[in-house]
Amino acid sequence: MMRYAILLMGAPYSSQAAHSALRFARAVAERGHRLEGVFFYHDGVHNAARLAAPPQDEPHLVDGWTALAADHGVPLQICIAAALRRGLLDEREAARHGKQGYSVAPPFELTGLGQLVDLGLRCDRLVTFGP
Amino acid sequence: MANDKALGVDGDLLVILRHGPHGTSWLREGLDAALVAAAFGRRVTLLFMGEGVTALVPGQKSGPLGQKGTSPTLEMLEMYDIDTLLVETEALALFGLRADGLMLSAREVEAAELAELASTHSLVLTF
Repeated sequence: MMRYAILLMGAPYSSQAAHSALRFARAVAERGHRLEGVFFYHDGVHNAARLAAPPQDEPHLVDGWTALAADHGVPLQICIAAALRRGLLDEREAARHGKQGYSVAPPFELTGLGQLVDLGLRCDRLVTFGP
Repeated sequence: MANDKALGVDGDLLVILRHGPHGTSWLREGLDAALVAAAFGRRVTLLFMGEGVTALVPGQKSGPLGQKGTSPTLEMLEMYDIDTLLVETEALALFGLRADGLMLSAREVEAAELAELASTHSLVLTF
């Protein structure tokens, strides 16, 4: 049993990165390893967009991440600085910035880059997926 | 480590910067990760590789896009105790730069030494 973490820096549907990261995450958990968390940074923060509505015959990545969190208890952490400037706000941040509506909801959580460093140093392997 | 004598550089986090200061946010977001790690007391090494070496060209301004530019961030590195800066020798040659003409003092490393650097840091992040 190894402790893994994933860093995802690719936007959904723009490149293979998000699809591969999700498949890798499932494989890690299903092989009996521990996936300590997925951290979304750079354009990877778009994976948390709760309003994503892909065509029905394509994989739904937001639902995929949500199911991963539900099935295996994997924390989904979004860099707050990268998210806010790209329009990804949870209910609390939306209120704080006076915005109508919000674009990020649990199980995704906005957090700081310190969590990425902590995650990377705590795990046996941090695997990065990017464009 | 058997070979950490060769370079003698180790630390908690190696941040590899492979993009130039303009055109994308990779460099800015890579530097942000380095600064946060340092603020949390981690020992951080920065490696400017490939196009990333152009971040160290002196005299850069923010430009017409209204972005902040990265040189003010680079000037703050010392304040965060990030003093191990490395530049890839091959990349300097490729861009016609010299280590002694950069905005910050940085030590040259060769591409062949990268494996050693990765092995002497607990975590490697590439931007």
